[in-house]
Amino acid sequence: MIEVHDVGKTYSNGSVVFEALKGISFKIHDGEFVAIMGPSGSGKSTLMHVLGALDTPTKGKYFLDGKDTSKLSDDELADIRKNKIGFVFQSFNLLPRTTVLRNVMLPLIYAGTEKEEREVRAKAALRAAGLDESHFEHKSNELSGGQIQRVAIARALVNNPSLILADEPTGNLDTKTGDIVLGTFQRLNEEEGRTIVLITHEPEVAEHADRIIFIKDGLIVSDSKAHTKRTIHHKT
Amino acid sequence: MSITDIIFETFTALRANKVRTGLTMLGIVIGISSVIALVSIGNGAQASINASIQSIGSNLIIVMPGASRGAGVTVSAGRGSAQTLTLADATAIASGVQNIAGVAPEISSRKQVTAKGTNTNTTITGTTPAYTTVRNFEVDDGQFISDANVSSNAKVAVLGPTTATDLFGDGNEAVGQNIRIGAVQFKVIGVTKAKGGSGFQNPDDAVYIPVTSDGLFLQGNEYLSDISISAASAGDATQVQTDVTNLLLDRHHISDPTLADFSTVNQADIIAAAGSVTQTFTLLLGAVAGISLLVGGIGIMNMMLTTVTERTREIGLRKAIGAKARDVSRQFLVESVVLTFLGGAIGVALGMIVSRLVSASGLIQTHVSSGSVLLAFGVSAGIGIVFGYYPARRASKLNPIEALRFE
Ligand SMILES: Nc1ncnc2c1ncn2[C@@H]1O[C@H](COP(=O)(O)OP(=O)(O)OP(=O)(O)O)[C@@H](O)[C@H]1O
Ligand SMILES: [Mg+2]
Repeated sequence: MIEVHDVGKTYSNGSVVFEALKGISFKIHDGEFVAIMGPSGSGKSTLMHVLGALDTPTKGKYFLDGKDTSKLSDDELADIRKNKIGFVFQSFNLLPRTTVLRNVMLPLIYAGTEKEEREVRAKAALRAAGLDESHFEHKSNELSGGQIQRVAIARALVNNPSLILADEPTGNLDTKTGDIVLGTFQRLNEEEGRTIVLITHEPEVAEHADRIIFIKDGLIVSDSKAHTKRTIHHKT
Repeated sequence: MSITDIIFETFTALRANKVRTGLTMLGIVIGISSVIALVSIGNGAQASINASIQSIGSNLIIVMPGASRGAGVTVSAGRGSAQTLTLADATAIASGVQNIAGVAPEISSRKQVTAKGTNTNTTITGTTPAYTTVRNFEVDDGQFISDANVSSNAKVAVLGPTTATDLFGDGNEAVGQNIRIGAVQFKVIGVTKAKGGSGFQNPDDAVYIPVTSDGLFLQGNEYLSDISISAASAGDATQVQTDVTNLLLDRHHISDPTLADFSTVNQADIIAAAGSVTQTFTLLLGAVAGISLLVGGIGIMNMMLTTVTERTREIGLRKAIGAKARDVSRQFLVESVVLTFLGGAIGVALGMIVSRLVSASGLIQTHVSSGSVLLAFGVSAGIGIVFGYYPARRASKLNPIEALRFE
């Protein structure tokens, strides 16, 4: 379970001080599928980084599964990121000059998974993210934008995390592949009960969620159940 | 993260920038190879000086006429100029001092030597049969001076191989021929085996004659240039030196040792003195090479710092997906250690090749000690740790999000 209490984040670079998050509070229960929407620069990615234990808030508290993250050591936070969270970055952040497969296996290396199992799981995650098998041995800098996005998603899924945080995971995808990815998220949510938080600009994408949180200028403007939940039926 | 994974990551990273990896490694290669090569040359010089000192004789104590000046290494006051040592002194030493392998009196002088139509200017050494034992000589052809030759003042001569060739030509039989030393005719009875030029004089370019004949026919007196004594073993050398000194002081009726009219030199002292010189020389060479190793180490640090800066985003990503500070610092540390270790291995190989080439050139017989190889490996790995630690630590401390935003 995610609980944020009056979380704020202020960036200060010398004399320039910018309050990206001004005091945000909400709870996300296990197994929920939440979409976060809002205009560019409203603080969505900043919030995501806090939720992903990648960055620390300058104000308020963040409890993850009942634990106050501000009280955890760097190593404990690393363990949480490794074992519980799958993160899809807005800017993907693949390792350059490294094969697709190796990129996806990277979290498993740090998790200490056996070598043979790494490859099996990485391939499964790549297929689930909709990447064609022929690209598995390509270098990450030899891929199209959409392919990169699917590799980034596969990497977030490979650890079987209970919490998946995806920052605009379908931004670069056409409707068809976008739907495949969303279908994967939905299946993970419905069949395996994983918690999913995704950021999107597109209302159609947000409609796949149970709940939509709107953010503007670092504050929540609305937090409501999705009216009509769209479901994608998997092709078999 | 397992060690095989770290090694895999390391080689991937090092291969990603081959030119830079190579250049950085070159610093270590040059440093280590110069340490290996220069120290091997120093060791070789030491060994060759020792060998040349050893070759003049075994466990040698040399008594020279003339007073010793000051303390420390004894220096004769004009060798041969003072006339204080006699054949009787040598005989007294041989019979009166214990643990002696041989006593060889010597009269040395330079003289013109002529044979049929040829001549050469060479060292004439008047001595006794003990000379072969004391100075490690072997006779190649004919025989050496005998006791009978000495007691009968025989006009016989043994030639060094160089002198024999100078006088009679290469491959021609010298034994049985006659030579003239000054105005006196001698009969050649033997030629010594080549010893190679060493130390103070070339024993291959010399003529050996009975000490009595030398005194009688060439010098006109029987004062000795020196007495060479060979102690029975290295451990006896000091005792022999003391006993000889006391015996001679007694014979010369001198009560105050500082007023002695002769001086003694122990071969071990010469070796020790030469050893300390060559050791300083080796140390100096090692220090010069050590400085280049330090420069190589700084090159490693520079490269690792550049790498950390360049790969800030990568570090951020690794931390974001669960790498701990320890995983990151270990990865960079291993990278720098592998770099220096490879550089060290290539450096050792190169140093050995250089040392072989120097040996092959005939300049000096170099000697690569296993100690210096181990030291080189240790030092290069140590450099990797020392100079890789700071960059690795810096990488591990980065905040994941700040690192990911780094441009
Ligand atoms: N490291 C930083 N230093 C200073 N300001 C920052 C930093 N990171 C983000 N900001 C600012 O915080 C605000 C929120 O950024 P954030 O990335 O959270 O926006 P976003 O809602 O994800 O926007 P988008 O939809 O375009 O991705 C922006 O105005 C941005 O300029
Ligand atoms: Mg964003």
